[in-house]
Amino acid sequence: MLNYIIRRLVSLIPVIIGVSIIAFSLMHLVPGDPARSILGEKATETQLEMLREELNLNDPYIVQYGNFMGKIATGDLGDSIKSKESVASEIGSRLPATIELTLFAMTIAVVIGVLAGVIAAVKQYSWFDNLSMSGALFGVSMPIFWLGLMMIWLFSVELNWLPPSGRLSNDIELTKITNLYLVDSILTLNGTAFVDAFRHLLMPGLALATIPMAIIARMTRSSMLEVMKQDYIRTANAKGLAGRLVIFQHALKNASLPVLTVIGLQFGFLLGGAVLTETIFSWPGVGRYVVDAILSRDYPVVQSTILIIAIIFVLVNLITDILYTLFDPRIKLD
Amino acid sequence: MKTLAAEAKADQMDPALKSKKNSSLWLDSLSRVIKSKTSLIGLVIITLLIVVAIFAPQIATHSPTDQSIIDRYQSPSSEHLLGTDELGRDIFSRIVYGSRITIQIGVITVGISMIVGVFLGAVAGFFGRWVDQIIMRLIDIMMAFPSILLAIALVAVLGKSLTNAMIAVGIVGVPHFARIVRSTVLSVKETEYIEASRVIGAKNGRILFSHVLPNCLAPIIVQATLTIGTAILDAAGLSFLGLGAQPPLPEWGAMLSDGRSALQTAPWVVMFPGFAILLVVLGFNLLGDGLRDALDPRLKQ
Repeated sequence: MLNYIIRRLVSLIPVIIGVSIIAFSLMHLVPGDPARSILGEKATETQLEMLREELNLNDPYIVQYGNFMGKIATGDLGDSIKSKESVASEIGSRLPATIELTLFAMTIAVVIGVLAGVIAAVKQYSWFDNLSMSGALFGVSMPIFWLGLMMIWLFSVELNWLPPSGRLSNDIELTKITNLYLVDSILTLNGTAFVDAFRHLLMPGLALATIPMAIIARMTRSSMLEVMKQDYIRTANAKGLAGRLVIFQHALKNASLPVLTVIGLQFGFLLGGAVLTETIFSWPGVGRYVVDAILSRDYPVVQSTILIIAIIFVLVNLITDILYTLFDPRIKLD
Repeated sequence: MKTLAAEAKADQMDPALKSKKNSSLWLDSLSRVIKSKTSLIGLVIITLLIVVAIFAPQIATHSPTDQSIIDRYQSPSSEHLLGTDELGRDIFSRIVYGSRITIQIGVITVGISMIVGVFLGAVAGFFGRWVDQIIMRLIDIMMAFPSILLAIALVAVLGKSLTNAMIAVGIVGVPHFARIVRSTVLSVKETEYIEASRVIGAKNGRILFSHVLPNCLAPIIVQATLTIGTAILDAAGLSFLGLGAQPPLPEWGAMLSDGRSALQTAPWVVMFPGFAILLVVLGFNLLGDGLRDALDPRLKQ
């Protein structure tokens, strides 16, 4: 097992080098002078030259790339041109927001998706099956930015039930430990903050969960139907085991492998989906940070943030693969 | 023996039965698609989209770009079926004309993904060895980015416009086609008829284009239909972020984005374009699912 993990990690090296070249090249592929495109048409030649010096744009590419990677290796992700803040500290303070949103959305997607899939499979062709599978079809076709806006309109504007943006109300005090607000409020036994953070999480979490939930539900259903045709399920039923026991202990356990794969793949999707969701709900996470940086042509921020997100994405996919082999002993590690 | 003879007799007697027996894989699949209720719904939605796009000038009640400040933010009425936006433009007419842009996005993005992806996948699978290694490593690198993020980054490089958004979304879709075609080519390459054409002296190019690729068509078509839906969603997402279609183009994602600031007073500006996106993507997904089951049951998950 350890051998396998090491081999997989080694095979990631060329991918990460490729990813870093792409992230680095983003600024240089822009047609024309990067300094000009950052500072705009009105910038003077002196200002342009100062920025070129600051970003080392006068060095040969290979030297610039070497510097970029050298700094990244020491944890220095550069500084924003606009705000002059260090990118590493910005990402550090924003990453927990994205992680909390992603994990929350994944929890919703897995719990509801698996449950709906199991019930739909057990009661095949029932009204519940039809309803949940039609719902899932709509779910996979959903423009989540639209769904998000419609939720804000309904639950914030019309009904005034939930806050439309942010992570926490201004008047709520919360001691930050992990910067995952739900976790922090539990750790500090702060009930008001927990409820408030939960209310802020609910809409963006649901919006982000929609597509993965639909995919997980469909996958669980078809995987369960496949398993329930097997002889050992008939045997279990025949020997008089309680229906619930057969479904959860025998069927779901064996149906869960393909579902796990889908869950792993969807984690990557969530990282991408967070970009749109964070923009709509003004969620102070990494996704919104990178969009803002792209819109304002803050290239140092764009380079490092895209590299970091891609590395996280690759690692999540690797972990999925490893878990998969752990859960299914039939898979050979070669 | 008896049954065979009987069958032969039935064949002679019933021409309808005979033609059914001779029908190709494609005709068979087509009839299966039409028989399935869900893919038929998908087909109806897509046909509707195409009809609306063709007859947009006849269907639209107003010009999609004419502004009229006095008419801004009117709620839906008989004059303006779906209301008006912040510049007094008729939303129904904008959605009708927007269908043309949606079709354009779907066709062009998937065209790019398909041409580049099929070429890369076919070459990688057919020639193998170092060609395969290089191409597949490149594909791995592309797949190391969440797709919408890669599209955003590409638009950041190319500049904000609908054309660039389509190119970006098209490039993002390349790996899926390349992977599917490569694996199909790998299995087709080993079959006896390929060996046979090699024996009679056919060249690589001919084998690849007239024998291998036609046998990969089914998965390519299924993938293309399913990708159109995601491509439309991604392109609309880019326009929503202000990176795709620019004003005054009546692109659905951009229309949605325009309406964000008026969500409290005029929710219909956001509501209807988004619903149009949902409906069209649903149509392509339904048809894609149906085609997958009909053309290649092995792909069914």
